[in-house]
Amino acid sequence: MVDAQPPSSTGPLGKREARLAWGLLAPTISAVALVVVLPLLAIFWISVKPVQLSDLRAPEVVLREDLRGSPEAPGDEATLRYRLRNSSQEQPIQNVSFEDVIPEGLDVLSVDDRCTLAGRNLRCAFGDWEPGFREALTIPVTVNQAYFDNGIRPQDSEASVEGRSSNVLTNATFTFDNFKRIFKGDEFFEVLWVTLFYTVFGTIGALLVGLFAALLLNKSFKGQGILRGLYLFPYVSPVIAVAFAWLILFDPFSGSANALLVQMGVTNEAINFFGERPLALIMVTLFEIWRYFPLSFLFILARMQSIDTDMYEAADMDGASPFQQFWALSVPQLLGILSVLFLLRFIWTFNKFDDIFLLTGGNAGTRTLTVNVYEQAFAISNIGAGAAVAVVIFGCLLTFSLFFLKYISQEEGL
Amino acid sequence: MIRQGYITGPVLGGLWLFVLSVTVAVAMSFGTGEAFRPSLILSLLWGGLAGGAMVALGRGRAVQAGVFCVLVVALIAGIGPMFVGPDTSGFAKVFGAILLSASFVLSLTPILKEIIPGALNRHEFEGAVIRFLTGFGYIFFTAIVLIPFYVMVMTSLKNQSEMIQNPLDFSIDPSKGVELFRSYSELFTQFNFGTYLFNSFSISVLTVFITLAFAIPGAYAVARLRFRGRAAFSRSILLIYMVPMIVLALPIYIAFSMTGLRNSFWGIVIIYPVTTIPVALYMLQGYFRGLPGEIEEAGLMDGLSRLAVIWKITLPLSLPALASVSLYVFMIAWNEFLLAFMLLDDPSKFTLTRGIASLNSSEIPRQHLMAGSVIATVPIMALFLGLERFMTKGLTAGSVKG
Repeated sequence: MVDAQPPSSTGPLGKREARLAWGLLAPTISAVALVVVLPLLAIFWISVKPVQLSDLRAPEVVLREDLRGSPEAPGDEATLRYRLRNSSQEQPIQNVSFEDVIPEGLDVLSVDDRCTLAGRNLRCAFGDWEPGFREALTIPVTVNQAYFDNGIRPQDSEASVEGRSSNVLTNATFTFDNFKRIFKGDEFFEVLWVTLFYTVFGTIGALLVGLFAALLLNKSFKGQGILRGLYLFPYVSPVIAVAFAWLILFDPFSGSANALLVQMGVTNEAINFFGERPLALIMVTLFEIWRYFPLSFLFILARMQSIDTDMYEAADMDGASPFQQFWALSVPQLLGILSVLFLLRFIWTFNKFDDIFLLTGGNAGTRTLTVNVYEQAFAISNIGAGAAVAVVIFGCLLTFSLFFLKYISQEEGL
Repeated sequence: MIRQGYITGPVLGGLWLFVLSVTVAVAMSFGTGEAFRPSLILSLLWGGLAGGAMVALGRGRAVQAGVFCVLVVALIAGIGPMFVGPDTSGFAKVFGAILLSASFVLSLTPILKEIIPGALNRHEFEGAVIRFLTGFGYIFFTAIVLIPFYVMVMTSLKNQSEMIQNPLDFSIDPSKGVELFRSYSELFTQFNFGTYLFNSFSISVLTVFITLAFAIPGAYAVARLRFRGRAAFSRSILLIYMVPMIVLALPIYIAFSMTGLRNSFWGIVIIYPVTTIPVALYMLQGYFRGLPGEIEEAGLMDGLSRLAVIWKITLPLSLPALASVSLYVFMIAWNEFLLAFMLLDDPSKFTLTRGIASLNSSEIPRQHLMAGSVIATVPIMALFLGLERFMTKGLTAGSVKG
């Protein structure tokens, strides 16, 4: 008797299916690889490079030519002048040379020893140039009738310039200065502390407020749909619009919030909500809670509505009070979604950039890691340091993600 | 101790009156621009008395009317739970008094529904507390959601000097007519907002189509086809979905600067879909998994190829999911700020969000900034309110990203 064995290898049908699957996934994989994986690798590369914002424009040889001496009649002498310079003040250019065609009607009397003349083709080689180097090359010529007839001037024929410059992005200079710079002193720990405060309180706050809102709307009444739609406003409107609305509402000079507080006697003088430590950090955290509570609210509400009502009826029969029902029935049922939401929101709050950038620009003690990337790269123009901060963020993120994948269960379906 | 009718009633009454007097004071201030000021002590006192009366004497019509009259008189006499500034017009004062008293009486009656003199059981006590918290919650959420939008719209209709004169006065003067909308017409005539609106719209629509073209086949493969590495793939989508944009923005900025894609319409059209494809793929594969496989198998048996099955069976069945994913992607693209801010410099290529950012300067009045914000917010809200059901479903179907 032969034992029935499950097939040990994939059959032709299975192979065809796998091929189709990879075919369907190929566009996505290539797009994601191009725009996510490649930049991630680039970030690591840039973070160990001394790159400034100005280095992004490669140094080049700037060439201008003109004819000096204003010749008036055939036979006059004139000078053909080439002015060249290295556009970069920081980087050298190697093997600079150019080629040009001398126009008809100019007879070259003598050429510089760095140049060779073949027919009307002039070729000059200059070797290596220091940063900011300038060179003026003059070639004496005599002008004949053809020059006046054809109207071609020296600058009409574009000279072709060559020169190799080492790009700091691709050369082999490496440095750890970027990391040293960002870890230097108390600044880094302040950034880290601000990030943690913002992330932890923003996440927990949004969860609790969302839970409260979900409890409110977890009953059917007229207008429930409208209220649910209304409560999602902060989340669906463009961040730039609501951030500016907050800034205007809380403006220290013409803001309504201040006027209201003064009038109610809470404070005597205007409060600069987004400009003072530590109030600014609290305000951006409140903004984060305000903007993202709708999301927690939606998810918690969806989960609540899927809880079986029989359980509550049974609890009612047994005499459980509303609070007892909440603690003993609802909370355990919601724990799954709450923990998933906490983990996800934690990561995304950690990643948040736009909100703080628009509200305070990272000033007044609100500079989180993500804002620091922008600050280093664009405000201080040190791309390398910005990339180093990005690497730190990515490291944190990877840690969170491992934790996340370990704890999140597949059936939560998020 | 607190579960005594004579304690619960006054405590809830006092707190509730305070909540309401703050609400009415803020609403009246915003509505009229005049000075209204709630008083904590007097609110607790009057509310406590009213609560006590309602517990002791029952909640009949006579008691309600009595509480109402006493409150109105106290408010007008200036010893009520809400003070009114000296310059306030008599009409506003009386209106505020009636509004506060009426809303207090009408809402406290149901809150104290089961509260009786003497000891309360858990149900009665917790029921009252929950009704109090519910009322507070509705007021709180409605206020925090509406106030910023109200400020946004009203600021866009008022000029700078009016704003500084009295920041609380949001009343508008309808006699000004079209002049009210001056900032809007200036945005469209002098600041190119028509172009920005068109750019934002076309970029968002293109993003939706490109995203779907990539995400549908991918999601189908992950949801339905068996291949090695499927689980790893679906996890890595989730991971990619968590990479912060600011980390990617730096190399993208460099690459775009070097290739000349920076500051171009197509550069943005290339980059936006890539940020939305993982989300869309994740949402769609969840939906595809929920579709019954038998229908597709029947199609396969009848000789359709896989691609034909996707086109003729799966897609028509998943139209609701496609609608919600499209809406969500549209929303992301419409609201996107960081990439537009970093990659666009040329005003003729701005998207709306980038255009609003350019209005944030000391030379341009606030009015314009807020009018720009309203222009960016209204379309997405209209779209969202019109298709709210899809949107809610789509958001919960697999995205917690913000």
